[in-house]
Amino acid sequence: MATHQIQTVTRTGAVASTLATNKLIRNTYTLLSLTLLFSALMAGVSVVLRVPPMAYLLCIGGAFLLMWLVLPRTANSAAGLGVVFGITGLMGFGLGPIISLYLGLPNGPQIVGTAFGGTAAIFLGLSGYALMTRRDFSFMGGFLFTGIIVVLLAALANIFLAIPALSLALSAAIIFIMSGFILYDTSRMVNGGETNYIHATVGLYLSIFNIFVSLLQLLGIMGGDD
Amino acid sequence: MDIWMKILSAVLIVMMLVFIWPRARQMLKESPKGSSQDWMSVMIPLAAVIGFVILLMALV
Repeated sequence: MATHQIQTVTRTGAVASTLATNKLIRNTYTLLSLTLLFSALMAGVSVVLRVPPMAYLLCIGGAFLLMWLVLPRTANSAAGLGVVFGITGLMGFGLGPIISLYLGLPNGPQIVGTAFGGTAAIFLGLSGYALMTRRDFSFMGGFLFTGIIVVLLAALANIFLAIPALSLALSAAIIFIMSGFILYDTSRMVNGGETNYIHATVGLYLSIFNIFVSLLQLLGIMGGDD
Repeated sequence: MDIWMKILSAVLIVMMLVFIWPRARQMLKESPKGSSQDWMSVMIPLAAVIGFVILLMALV
């Protein structure tokens, strides 16, 4: 009798957990789709307005401050949704000068289109892999964060050294690490490591954003001399 | 890149490092160790991404 009750409670708990995970995944991908659309819209506005390159850094700085100071206090409330749209809108607007720069190349529209399609394919492929296999990729945490620290330090040095080969290597490394973060973040949603869809959305958005910018840079360097 | 762009970029990167550093330390301490099979399950899709990016670079 007692064993039967325990089994029932365990089964009910497992069903509730699965439902909660499915809801988290559905909410995250819905919000991610909306924020990506909003971000693309803001990037389009920024391209049309011919915003100067300095806007990129200012927008990224503003988005970073929102992520750092405001998001942790609002992520568990409805206000968090507004903050996510603020972050992604700013980052999209900041992309405008970069997209304008690449559109100015002889095969610019092809480069931007390929970077966009390539980013979508990488995200869908990796996220689909993590969702289908349901593997726990939490063991990658230390590796990914160490990688990000190394990349940031190298990027800091390259601002003043301006070595093109290092810039190319950094773009490749960022794509590699952000791809790892897509697996890591998706697996955290599936395996209960992340329960807040606003945090999950911001994490996945940042990976997509960084892959797009780095892919644009790689394709621009390799294909811009035609 | 003009000097103000360089300075602002450097400030942004330092801010990111300050933000990420505590989480990176925590991750290094608390992340579970992966087996060789776990790492293989990660390296296969990541290798596919590398191959895909090389293909895109060749096509553009």
